[in-house]
Amino acid sequence: MTAGPCYAGIDCGSWNTKAALVDATGALVATAVVRTGADLHAAAERALAELLERGGVARGDVAALWSTGFGRHALKLASGSRTELDSHARGALRHVAGPLTVIDIGGQDAKIILVDGEGRRIGHKMNRKCAAGTGSFLEEMALRLDVAIGELPGLAAGFTEELQLGSFCTVFTGTEVLGLIRQGKRPADLARAAYRSVVKRVLEMERVEGRIVATGGVVAHHPMVVELLEKATGVEVIVPAHPQEIGALGVALAAREAALAAAA
Amino acid sequence: MTTPRHEASVEAPLRSAALLKDVMASHFAGVDRAARERTAPVAWCTSVGPVELLRALGYEVFFPENHGALLGASRMAGETMPRAHAAGYSPDICSYLTSDIGAYLAGRSPLARHGLSGPPRPDLLLYSTNQCREVRDWFEFYGREWGVPVVGVTSFRELGEIEPLHLDAVTRQLEALVPPLEAVAGRRLDAARLEEAVARSRACSEGWRDCLATAAARPAALTFFDATIQMGPAVVLRGTAEACDYYGHLLAELRERVAGGVGALPRERFRLYWDGMPIWGRLRDLATLFAQLDTSVVASTYCNSWIFEALDPRDPLRSMARASLELFIARAEGPKQRYLERMIREFAVDGVIFHDSKTCPNNSNARFGMPHRLRRSSGVPVLVIDGDLNDLRCFSDEQARTNIEGFVEQLEGAGPPREVRA
Repeated sequence: MTAGPCYAGIDCGSWNTKAALVDATGALVATAVVRTGADLHAAAERALAELLERGGVARGDVAALWSTGFGRHALKLASGSRTELDSHARGALRHVAGPLTVIDIGGQDAKIILVDGEGRRIGHKMNRKCAAGTGSFLEEMALRLDVAIGELPGLAAGFTEELQLGSFCTVFTGTEVLGLIRQGKRPADLARAAYRSVVKRVLEMERVEGRIVATGGVVAHHPMVVELLEKATGVEVIVPAHPQEIGALGVALAAREAALAAAA
Repeated sequence: MTTPRHEASVEAPLRSAALLKDVMASHFAGVDRAARERTAPVAWCTSVGPVELLRALGYEVFFPENHGALLGASRMAGETMPRAHAAGYSPDICSYLTSDIGAYLAGRSPLARHGLSGPPRPDLLLYSTNQCREVRDWFEFYGREWGVPVVGVTSFRELGEIEPLHLDAVTRQLEALVPPLEAVAGRRLDAARLEEAVARSRACSEGWRDCLATAAARPAALTFFDATIQMGPAVVLRGTAEACDYYGHLLAELRERVAGGVGALPRERFRLYWDGMPIWGRLRDLATLFAQLDTSVVASTYCNSWIFEALDPRDPLRSMARASLELFIARAEGPKQRYLERMIREFAVDGVIFHDSKTCPNNSNARFGMPHRLRRSSGVPVLVIDGDLNDLRCFSDEQARTNIEGFVEQLEGAGPPREVRA
């Protein structure tokens, strides 16, 4: 149980719907993650129900619920919204002060968000429509390597050789992987190469400045991406608690801030 | 603190829109009649080509880029481009070209709404490569198809300073165009008529410039989205009295708005500059999105491209050469950056959007580090969105929306917004 009003945030992602609940002081109370599927409203309702149960709060105790993510405008539950660019920056700033670069790698897009020393966003870059550098790319590679996506980290951990995947396009990379398999390259090395490819695609989107905070589902479930990000940038990469739910946390904090501003 | 979105927000319609419709319809009907009834020679001309020569020789002139834009805006391009791709024209080249050639191959045209079966068949095609190489390839397709002459100017590109040698070379090419243009027209070029055409082009250009300048007022009297429609006469009627008259009419209305403190949007919190091509098939959607965000796109490189301040009736050909070389699209990165910096100051913009148009590298200025340099030199935030002028397969609505909304949120966080209610 928490004292005072709570604020909820729902991040309608392409694969997963994430939810976060903060209390009147802005402290994180609970999070939840459910599959989005084809009905984003139903997914949001499921995420909210799970969130409230975990937080031990009744729906009536939620003073405001805001949304973010691709379905943010469609969500009837929400009374306000922010883009995922704002929400991820806000959520990351809860853990790390600026200047920083937020690298968010999601199911279908990747973002680089630049934040200055005052905590203000000063720029961003999103990937193009192409799936390279996103979770969809890793799904495709897992399919080629005949493993479930959840098995990819374990497979890659057994790598012995650093291989390069050169293609931009996910389909072309799939063909490239098939060629390397025919050459006798090991699946573990190819899994590692897939992670290297994601990192390469993301880092070529924009220059990174200051500390790096990595967020998103790919970071949450594929820790090798973080290791490779550190290797490529030479900077320690900070992964906040609940990296997948950072956007939901950020928009919950935005809802709270708006409520406080309105009350002031 | 949530980004305000006013579902009912739209740009205020201009009264001049009705007259514009008549002016454009009359243009299409006139050139179509000339082609069908053989009352005047008909030429096709590139949008920033040497049209004054054609006017002086009595040609009726059609501009295929305008047809390309109509194909994009009507979203007919999505159906016509594949016909051109299948005929060997790559999806990676200008989608005006592929939309238009595809429309020809498919026998379709948005000009049907003006009562035309399609673009009028020309007696001659006249290009200038000051904007890109594609215009020549485009016209040569029709030259082969119809067996008509294709003539033009092979111009300079990526110019830093404009030197006498550049002016000499283009002027000589313009001089060399006169005999073939005279041969098809069946008359000699009259010096007085050329001076008159150049004077009218100059007057049209000044009228259009003054209309665009009303967006420097706060709130802006005109936005980029309206301007892309209002520029029609500056493109297709440059060098005629009709275009000059139209901009006199439009300017009066816009100045009335400025005097009354009336903006194109009901509320204007932020002001942006748009660099690159319009996304024709999403013009209305984007206009609505920006209006909902209380953000005016007040100026653009694209609409400014039909301002030809160098034109001088006292020295017609050489001034035409200078005007064609001074164009933003023909310039190197240095002059382009200085121009953008000037626009940022003159229109007091809060941010710059670069549209990186997949099939129009010549009119996409985000590919050689410009956004980073401009952000550093001007201190103004920049955003790059991926898209295309006509090929909506290269455009993601959701990504663009998130990028634009995220950019406006960024502006909100940058300092107190300067809100102006119209």
